[in-house]
Amino acid sequence: MAYGGLSEISRGALAVWRRNLDAFIKTYRVNFIPPFVEPLLYLLALGYGVGALIQDVDGIPYPIFIAPALVSISVMYSAFFECTYSSYVRMYYQKTFDAMIATPLSIEDVICGEILWGATRGTIYAALMIPVLFLFGVIDLPTSLLLIPFAFPAGILFSAIGMCFTAITPSIDALNYPAFLFITPMFLFSGTFFPISILPQALQYFAFGFLPLANVVNVNRAITMAEFSPMLLYNIVWVLLVALLFFIIALNLMKRRLVN
Amino acid sequence: MEIITADNLEKYFGTLAAVDGISFSVQRGEIFGFLGPNGAGKTTAMKMIHCVSKRTGGELRVFGMDTDTDPRQIKQRLGVVPQENNPDPDFTTFQNLTIYARYFGIPASEAEQRAEELLEFMQLSEKRDAPIETLSGGMKRRLIIARALMNEPELLILDEPTIGLDPQARHLIWEKLRHLRSLGCTLVMTTHYLDEAERLCDRLVIMNSGKILVEGSPAELVRQYAGEEIVEAAASPGTIACLKEQGVEFEVFGDTIQVQTSDPQNIARTLMESCRRERITVRRATLEDVFLKLTGRTLRE
Repeated sequence: MAYGGLSEISRGALAVWRRNLDAFIKTYRVNFIPPFVEPLLYLLALGYGVGALIQDVDGIPYPIFIAPALVSISVMYSAFFECTYSSYVRMYYQKTFDAMIATPLSIEDVICGEILWGATRGTIYAALMIPVLFLFGVIDLPTSLLLIPFAFPAGILFSAIGMCFTAITPSIDALNYPAFLFITPMFLFSGTFFPISILPQALQYFAFGFLPLANVVNVNRAITMAEFSPMLLYNIVWVLLVALLFFIIALNLMKRRLVN
Repeated sequence: MEIITADNLEKYFGTLAAVDGISFSVQRGEIFGFLGPNGAGKTTAMKMIHCVSKRTGGELRVFGMDTDTDPRQIKQRLGVVPQENNPDPDFTTFQNLTIYARYFGIPASEAEQRAEELLEFMQLSEKRDAPIETLSGGMKRRLIIARALMNEPELLILDEPTIGLDPQARHLIWEKLRHLRSLGCTLVMTTHYLDEAERLCDRLVIMNSGKILVEGSPAELVRQYAGEEIVEAAASPGTIACLKEQGVEFEVFGDTIQVQTSDPQNIARTLMESCRRERITVRRATLEDVFLKLTGRTLRE
């Protein structure tokens, strides 16, 4: 249990990650729909629909304002849902984790592999959205390619948070609580569809202090706008530290749940 | 050589003792059975052996290593067939084996070759590329056994290997398990089928409420606890009174009287001549008689 369980992680975690990648590739047709369709729908309805009523945000056309948020949201949803509902199905219904820990893999390997996979899935989705957004002319290349490497730590953050809920949930239905009470409000109030700066000062502090998506959106928007401020450093460090924190919490909660 | 050594092994869940200080050892190349009613602690004992459940007291060594400190090294050398079939439903039969091999760090080419051999061995080659949901219960069980053999284990742990299978499938699995033993593999199994334990196990323990009641070979245990033969008759008041009069020791289970004896002819004659002739049968004593005698006839759970 040294280093919060981190020392129990071996190369075996990559075998778990690979298992999930193989399953993803096997059903690639359905998996590749969201990253193409989602930005299309959001851009049409919000970017150009609602956007038609809005002149601009701080001098930025509305579709361009929301584009980095769409990538952030996609990373959040794919990573969080992968490590909540999908992981729960593998753990509870398919007994895949039980099969894995009967091999030399430790429970930490399994959970680490799952979280790495959730982050990878988020990164794949971010990468697939880039050409769509570029075709709409709402992001610039090549600067916006930086969205891809940042999607990975952001994905770790959301996967690890999701895995913590999976470790404590009494049933698959109870995963709806974090999905609706945590993820959905964050989706709306993290500087996604309106700038955080119009919120009262206290809420702005709250958002950057406690909302993962607010920090991720701020980084992604800096990337697509190619505007880098000192605040950005804070956002990146916040994402990395909180990701590590929840990663360790997830390992320990899962260990408590599965090893008795 | 001892493959497993347990000394005063304990597992408490809170204040409940699932395994309450058991000691046993398993020798290389034997089939060792854990028998007992539901809740006796068999599965918990097996889980401690394959390092997914931590003991709360006592000693447990597998291949001479401590299960607390060397789980990876131990698990590298054993195969596990859990009570509940858990093939990976996202993959085909063949992929189930090759993907499982990765968890042991077995190189892909070696894994593929071994998977083909094991599908052949467990008679699943026809289902090589079939999705898991198209497999019957017996096929899934065979797949799980094949999967447990992917790392060429020295010790195979089976929790109720033939549960819910038809007679054909059970016989096939028995044959394969005996074949594995002949190759030098050590097998540890639980079962509720006492005929299965009698056929397969070289030695076994019968557990109840977390403790080991008896240990021995099936034949020894039958001889010691159930005698050679059993004479049964309908339990009518007349017959009971008659046997008492004749001074024969007997037990009544529901509507049946049982007499344990090494001289069944004599007892049967007594019953036929002096008492009422009602449903008299003579049969060999079995492990089931030992089991019921030692663990009682009360329903569990």
